[in-house]
Amino acid sequence: MSGDNVGGKGTPNNKNVSLPMSRVKLIMKSSPDVSNINQEALFLTTKATELFVQHLALSSYKNGSGKDKNTLSYSDLANVAEGMENFQFLTDILPKKILARDYLKSLEERQEEDDL
Amino acid sequence: MAERPEDLNLPNAVITRIIKEALPDGVNVSKEARRAISQAASVFVLYATSCANNFAMKAKRKTLNAGDVMAAMEEMEFERFLQPLREALEAYKKGQKGKKEASEQKKKDKEKKSDAEESDKNKDEEEEEEEHMDEEPEVENEAEDEEVEN
Repeated sequence: MSGDNVGGKGTPNNKNVSLPMSRVKLIMKSSPDVSNINQEALFLTTKATELFVQHLALSSYKNGSGKDKNTLSYSDLANVAEGMENFQFLTDILPKKILARDYLKSLEERQEEDDL
Repeated sequence: MAERPEDLNLPNAVITRIIKEALPDGVNVSKEARRAISQAASVFVLYATSCANNFAMKAKRKTLNAGDVMAAMEEMEFERFLQPLREALEAYKKGQKGKKEASEQKKKDKEKKSDAEESDKNKDEEEEEEEHMDEEPEVENEAEDEEVEN
C-alpha cells in the first residue's frame, strides 16, 4: 500500500484548508436527503477531500505502469480505481479504457459462451 | 442552490496544486488525469456526505456533525485519514476560538467607542479605536461565512 505521507506535505499550517468550503458545501447540499451540515462537519469533509486527492494521486503514481515514470496518466488512475478496495466507488467515473477492437472481441467471446 | 453544473466542480487550480504537492518534484500530471482526479474528488464529497447522512439519520438528527463525517471515513475504509482529520479539527477549533475572541474584543471596542462619543472625550482615543476597526473587517467576513444555514 502507499500514500504514507498523506496529510504530511501540502497542508499549510497558516490556513486550515485550501479548497473553498463554500463550494464543498454546495456539492454536499446537492445531495437530496441532506438538510443541514454543521461547520465542523463541513470543515472535516473539505479536509478529507484534500487528503483524498493527495492519496489518490500518490497511490496512482506509485502503482503506475512505470511506462513513464515522470507522468501521472489517466490509466494509472483507472488501474488504481479498479485495484484498490477503497477506491472502488470510483470505477464508474474512472472506467478503464479499452480499444474498440478488444471490446468487440470480448463481446463476441461472451456471445459464444452464451451460445454454448 | 447549484444553478450551473460546473458549480459542482472543485476549482481546478486548487486541485492541481494539491496534486503537485503530493507528488515528487518533476512529475507531470496529464490533463486527462487532472480532470479525472477533480471529478473523483467531487464524487468523494457526495459519497462521504451520503455515508455521513446515514449516520445522522440513524441517530435521528437533521444536522450532519463531525462525528458523522469521521464515522463515514471509517465506513469508506479511509481510516488513514482519521488521525490527520482529528488533528486538523483541533487546529480548526482553536482558530475558531481565536476568531470568536477577536470579535468579542471588537464588540467591546465598539462599546467603548460609543461611550467615548457620548461623553465626547479626547479625540486621540477615538482615532485609536478606528484604527482597530480597520484591522478587523476580515474577521467579521469570515465569521459570516461560518454560518451554516441554507
